[in-house]
Amino acid sequence: MKTWIAFSSILMKDMRSYYLKPPNISWGLIFPIAWTLMFFLRSPVAVEVRDLLPGVMALSILFGTTSMLAVTITFERKSRSFERLLLAPISFNLLMLAKTSGAIMFGVVNAFVPVIFASFLTDLSGINWLMILGSVLLVAITSTFLGLFIAVSVSQVFEAQTFSNFFRFPMLFLCGLFIPLADLPSFLRPVSYALPLTYGADILKTAINQNGIISIPLSFIALLCFSVFLFAYSIYNVNRKWIL
Amino acid sequence: MKIIEVENLKKNFNEFTAVDGVNFYINQGEIFGFLGPNGAGKTTTINMLTGMAKITEGKVKLMGEDYTGNAKKAQAMMGIVPDESNLYEELSGWENLVFCGALYGMKKKLSEERAAQLLKEFGLEEAASKSFKAYSKGMKRKLAIAAGIIHQPEILFLDEPTTGIDVAFARQIRNLIVDLHSKGTTIFLTTHYIEEAERLCERLAFIVQGKIVREGTVEEMMKEIQGENIVNFTLGKDFTLRDDFTKIEEEFRSHFPDFNLKMGTKNSGLRIHSPSNFTLFPFVQFFEERGLPVFEAKIIRPSLEEVFVKVTGIELQKMQSEQNQKGKKGQKGGGSRS
Repeated sequence: MKTWIAFSSILMKDMRSYYLKPPNISWGLIFPIAWTLMFFLRSPVAVEVRDLLPGVMALSILFGTTSMLAVTITFERKSRSFERLLLAPISFNLLMLAKTSGAIMFGVVNAFVPVIFASFLTDLSGINWLMILGSVLLVAITSTFLGLFIAVSVSQVFEAQTFSNFFRFPMLFLCGLFIPLADLPSFLRPVSYALPLTYGADILKTAINQNGIISIPLSFIALLCFSVFLFAYSIYNVNRKWIL
Repeated sequence: MKIIEVENLKKNFNEFTAVDGVNFYINQGEIFGFLGPNGAGKTTTINMLTGMAKITEGKVKLMGEDYTGNAKKAQAMMGIVPDESNLYEELSGWENLVFCGALYGMKKKLSEERAAQLLKEFGLEEAASKSFKAYSKGMKRKLAIAAGIIHQPEILFLDEPTTGIDVAFARQIRNLIVDLHSKGTTIFLTTHYIEEAERLCERLAFIVQGKIVREGTVEEMMKEIQGENIVNFTLGKDFTLRDDFTKIEEEFRSHFPDFNLKMGTKNSGLRIHSPSNFTLFPFVQFFEERGLPVFEAKIIRPSLEEVFVKVTGIELQKMQSEQNQKGKKGQKGGGSRS
């Protein structure tokens, strides 16, 4: 009971202090719109919204979660308020789960913003919503834990931003979001399969357009494995680097 | 009853030994003072006891139970107030306290009742809804102490609670410490203000370069200088340079081999220590012959400060100015750890 009180308080505080702040809500709205418009305006041929949807959803989650978590944790570390959490009688695992839960929810909500816009522009019938929900959740978890991995690897807020981009921008091109994996040079394909977003985007493609190329169970297992690895490595780093 | 027992506690940072095999204990209900200069190992010791630093070697017991390497188990019984604020700038004083209560598993109603009580006791009622970042340094320190005791811990760790804040707030904080102590809270206090330690603490330990050089009650420590006569001479020249003092000291020793000459607490002062009574005239003559007119000669009541200087060999004035610099850096958002 006591642990649950601490967990929910950390989560609620983060929601109020970070995720429900107007600049972040607008970030969650503007970012997916910008991505969608960018593809419409730059494309010489008519673009099918439904084809874009998996990539825009995956990107909305990735950019929303990694930015928020990496920056907020680094900021709290810098202001020493994170120390208050480390001194509380709750395990590091639970503490980190509480800190990441807000970002995961933020990512899930972000993912559905482009869906809402798409619903005004195209027919969304025939979509496997359950599969979408599972995929969005796992992509949000993996991306959030990637943000955690970044947060525990840097000490300054600007480093968190730079390091986030080091992972995120290659993912734009290598995860099959807008460029099919089959069109990538063969030497880059192993890198694609080493990135978690490849599996998340592929599930979304299957769920929305039935054109994914990786088996669904394999993609879910891969995302779970990435999540466990990133979380465990982050906890290891917290123990090693923050508890001196 | 011993609430904390520390045995041969050691902390290495690579090749550097920050804490070198310290042993001490804290009795339930007492204020235990940990005194030492900047970099002596005070904060590192607190960090090891509270789980913010790993223990290289040694053992720590809380209420008789060994919690070495498993501080999470003990954190519920501890209240920790670090040397720099670690509360949330964007939350109000009230929200910070309620949040801190929740971190210790306190239900919302209980946490709110306790927050209201503490804000009243600490004179922060009017600032309760103000954002923490709008608080003055002294108010921040008071709220940090309130946050440290919201869950009514068995032991409260206070790291330099009065450093870098103005005299009025420092006095209020000392009064709060006395008040907490009267209610039975055990307090581990690190400070570099000897007079603060002398006034507040029942037992003390001096730590220098990671080692405890003396430990005991204030009375036991004072015995070390009992019977010693100290006269402070205020001179017409500043002794800001160590060289001035060294030269005078050498000549003094050859003239008065049975007496000790030490730097006073002010730049223009020198102190003579002697085991027996003495007349002032030969000393006044000695100083004046060297172009140092004596403005005042005052008998000093032996204090803990003399014990500290005697035991550690550290000039108190130098230590306090270093620590104050650290406090100022901390105020600007910097600050280092000792």
